[in-house]
Amino acid sequence: MARTPGDLTPIPAQTVGPFFGFALPYEGGPDLVDRSHRQAVRLHGTVYDGDGIPVPDALIEIWQPDGEGRIPAEPGSLHRDGHTFTGWGRAAVDAVGHYSFTTVEPGATSAGAAPFVLVTVFARGLMDRLFTRTYLPEHTDALAADPLLASVPENRRHTLIAARDDDGGLRFDIRFQGQDETVFLSYPNTPQVTGPVD
Amino acid sequence: MAEKPTDPDAAAASQEEIDAEIAQVHRDYESRKATDGEETSARLNFPPYRSSLLRHPTKSLHHADPEEIELHSPAFGHQDVSPLEADLTIQHHGEPIGERIVVTGRVLDGDGRPVANQLIEMWQANAAGRYMHKRDQHPAPLDPNFTGVGRALTGPNGEYTFTTIKPAPYPWKNHHNAWRSAHLHFSMFGTDFTQRIVTQMYFPGDPIFDLDPIYQSITDPKARDRLVAEYDHSVSQHEWNTGYRWDIVLSGSNRTWSEQEEH
Repeated sequence: MARTPGDLTPIPAQTVGPFFGFALPYEGGPDLVDRSHRQAVRLHGTVYDGDGIPVPDALIEIWQPDGEGRIPAEPGSLHRDGHTFTGWGRAAVDAVGHYSFTTVEPGATSAGAAPFVLVTVFARGLMDRLFTRTYLPEHTDALAADPLLASVPENRRHTLIAARDDDGGLRFDIRFQGQDETVFLSYPNTPQVTGPVD
Repeated sequence: MAEKPTDPDAAAASQEEIDAEIAQVHRDYESRKATDGEETSARLNFPPYRSSLLRHPTKSLHHADPEEIELHSPAFGHQDVSPLEADLTIQHHGEPIGERIVVTGRVLDGDGRPVANQLIEMWQANAAGRYMHKRDQHPAPLDPNFTGVGRALTGPNGEYTFTTIKPAPYPWKNHHNAWRSAHLHFSMFGTDFTQRIVTQMYFPGDPIFDLDPIYQSITDPKARDRLVAEYDHSVSQHEWNTGYRWDIVLSGSNRTWSEQEEH
């Protein structure tokens, strides 16, 4: 028996499973800009399970404003023309749980706001996607004033802030569980059920 | 923290043990539904699905008030998706093996607005229950005429249509003699970043439903039903395909819509 007529309850999610690899990742997916772009930066990290072991079958998507804080509305994320910044990327992790995007650092969408990249996590074993954000580490004043960060317990805030690599890249590791469990987000109109939690 | 084996190759528990665990979670849910509310989603923490044990957050999800960027979705257009990609049976030189089906329906948001011009991605196993994926090594044949990947943009009223081959159930190693109900994977974006969803569409009357911990991770029977398509004879075509209808409701938009934007 399917949905009853007039029922507007959202559908439940299901895991992306282990076998998305031939379907969802595509050439150019992780490259929001070309590596030769003057503002190109690498955003990368590793996805870990509750035992601290890298997850080899996760898929990460990002969505962000451009370097000036403008929200893109242009299509072309699947067939990139090499010039248009569409703000969206998709990368599967490799055999050791590592993902990598080539993008630009997001600008602030309003004056004084802390810039961040939105991150969506999918994996085998994960029944529904998880949302999180990664903030740029250097904007100290803006980070201190950010309403979301301020609402997160202080001892967990660091899980939302990328680390700066020596080569200028941004490292954002994702942990499903453990002491440094990433803060995952829920939104007002977006039902999600965790099951029993702490 | 996990006492149960989480190795995807463990296949340790029997179906009876998994069934009992599922039944227990469902009973607990039913007994608390009146006070805790109806669950409409799958549980992130669902121990009968062993792979969820080490991959669910152990802390409550943190409430976020969406900011401007979260109220918009990435855009995909006709340069991203060819209309031919909605027919999974024409991607190779020959006819794929199996029951040709058409799956059609509408995508709406939680307020009943059609979700138009939006990307739907779909992928699946073939008629023997095998994925075109190097890690799927169970001994069922690959079909040289079937990859199992489709894409479509929704029409002005949120409508979509895929032509494909009905997938078969397949074995997996969650427990001993574990089989997945036949399903199609669907991926959708919506008009808000917050509406992003990946899910699975199931076929009516599947005998494996009760045994499948992924399907049963949705504790509420009404919510499970929302993932089941219905057979629709008006979608079946003479001498060509059988037809299924599956309407998809995404979550509500978090945006405050003005009159102008709505139309």
